Amino acid sequence: MASLLAAPVGWLLVVYVGSLVLLLMAAFWETEPFTNDVVRHWNLDNFRRIIEQDVYRDVAWRTIQMAGLVTIADAVLAFPIAYYMARVASPRTRDILVVAVLTPLWASYLVKAFAWNAMLGDQGFVNWLLEPFGLSAPGEWTGLWLTFTYFWHPFMILPIYAGLERIPSSLLEASGDLGARSLRTFWRVTLPLAFPAVVAGSIFTFSLTLGDYILPTLIADQQFIGTVIYGDRSSNLPVAAAFAMVPIAVMTIYLLVARRLGAFKAL
Amino acid sequence: MRKVRRKHLGLAAMAAFVGALAFLAAGCGGDGDSSASTELEGLGTSIEEIQSMARDEGEVNLVIWAGYADKSWADDFTSQTGCNVVTKDGASSDDMVDLMATGAYDGVSASGDATLRLIARGDVAPVNFDLTPNYADVFEGLKDQSYNTVDGVGYGVPHGRGPNLLVFRNDILPADTNTWAPIWDGSQAGKLSIYDNPIFIADAAVYLKATQPDLGIENPYELDEDQFTAAVDLLKQQRPDVGQYWDGATYARQVTDFKSGETTVGTTWPYQTNLMAAEKPPVSVTSLKPAEGTTGWSDTWMISSKAAHPNCTYLWMNYIISPEANAKVAEYFGEAPSNSKACDMTTDPDHCETYHATDEAWWEDVYYWDTPQPDCGDDRGEACKSYEDWRAAWTEIKG
Repeated sequence: MASLLAAPVGWLLVVYVGSLVLLLMAAFWETEPFTNDVVRHWNLDNFRRIIEQDVYRDVAWRTIQMAGLVTIADAVLAFPIAYYMARVASPRTRDILVVAVLTPLWASYLVKAFAWNAMLGDQGFVNWLLEPFGLSAPGEWTGLWLTFTYFWHPFMILPIYAGLERIPSSLLEASGDLGARSLRTFWRVTLPLAFPAVVAGSIFTFSLTLGDYILPTLIADQQFIGTVIYGDRSSNLPVAAAFAMVPIAVMTIYLLVARRLGAFKAL
Repeated sequence: MRKVRRKHLGLAAMAAFVGALAFLAAGCGGDGDSSASTELEGLGTSIEEIQSMARDEGEVNLVIWAGYADKSWADDFTSQTGCNVVTKDGASSDDMVDLMATGAYDGVSASGDATLRLIARGDVAPVNFDLTPNYADVFEGLKDQSYNTVDGVGYGVPHGRGPNLLVFRNDILPADTNTWAPIWDGSQAGKLSIYDNPIFIADAAVYLKATQPDLGIENPYELDEDQFTAAVDLLKQQRPDVGQYWDGATYARQVTDFKSGETTVGTTWPYQTNLMAAEKPPVSVTSLKPAEGTTGWSDTWMISSKAAHPNCTYLWMNYIISPEANAKVAEYFGEAPSNSKACDMTTDPDHCETYHATDEAWWEDVYYWDTPQPDCGDDRGEACKSYEDWRAAWTEIKG
């Protein structure tokens, strides 16, 4: 057993944890100003810079806001679909819906990104659709929000679907027997029981938005945490590493809260 | 109880592991000096030997500016030498320095803001010009320049040079526009297409040099505190008007955005204007070097000091500056060739005239990309901003 586990555990330690540790250590180093070479001289300047320069705070806050908005939108959109799949649809319809939800995940990330980029453009589909009503395509921020919401939607649907399916019908029947109407049953029984699953799904939507750098580059020109790290990585790796601490810290807090809300049991 | 102890054991093992990593990382940072070796392992000593050894290597792996190794001349090279050409587009000079640092590539077409960094890091090796006979025909004005030669040692063969141009759609600005003002004066809100790299701060400096002589800007890459602040402020003021930032990885979007009218005025390489002209129907644009002058590049093919295919790389360096290939790449990208004989080989007989290959006066106000350094190179001493400052400012400008 030990020898069977050695390879995967070794991989996890050396490749995964090891590279993360090296990255975090780089946050305490500095670069040679001319060659951009990393100099292993321990100091806290990178963190000072990230705290003192407004731009890093603005970018971090902007990214967290986006991640939050995407998560809320995905949860609102995903719940009815997941509910229909788990509680209403016939087994056959349910299978079709599961496939439909998963299909976008099979398409290439970049193809979808460019498709959205084209759809949201001045000459794009969205504008064509809205023009007769005197409206125009949404700006960068809204466009990126829509795109993120579309991209991570399946990651929210599937955990909620699984969570709803796990609720025993007997509980809902009992609620009805005790005189609760369906709406009341939903608010008092279904929703509280499914909430950990929503939180579980939100871990995906939130963290994926927090770390993405390709969609912001393609859809918006505003900087996000990922794009700043991407930009700094070649010319100032230590600053990029220090800034990488921000999403790690945010996600640590997020996961601690999620665990309190029972999300890990719902996964 | 047992469970608790095991948990602690795991933590201790983890701590030991992290400690070991830290020790290793700190240890291998000791000797940072990088003296460039003049000889490359596995490189033949004569042209004949290089040619026969190249057949065994069968490949050359290059980091290039987009368009520098198109099939229309790379395939000829492969059939002549037996070396397949594998390429990776660099998004920017920073990206190229980064890619070469991995040691996974044989050669690079580096601009002046990358060359000295590559040399200082020891990532590229000096070139023995006896083994690249076409070097003899390279314009004298491109040889022994500060960006390709250090202490009399040449680090590569000049590829060619070109300007960063102002480009605008003909339905937006009058055809006789001859100033950078439209990208700086706020008149094109949301429609600007701008090069996405810290080195673009120099373009603001070029404009300020012409419009605010009080700042005393001489060289747009040697900016002291006041000059630098003025350039950064100008860029921050421009920021809300930018519709699209592009670079060597996303240049194709500039073409589609100009076609659709998403962006209408901006900075470009001649390469994209060639691509716009090749669209069906062609995108109606004008591109030019405005009166204020501009930034530009003079590129150098360099060989990695860790090249896995040194013989194929030498053959490539010689091939790409041969009159035929140099003429093709210069026309394809839209730049001035480096080989004086290339001018007779271009399909457009006026190419060298159009791109001012021999007109040194025309290049006087083209400031080739260079790496900003603290040493201003004049009596201001160490008062100038380093590239690190440029990088940090660029993050702030984009906000």
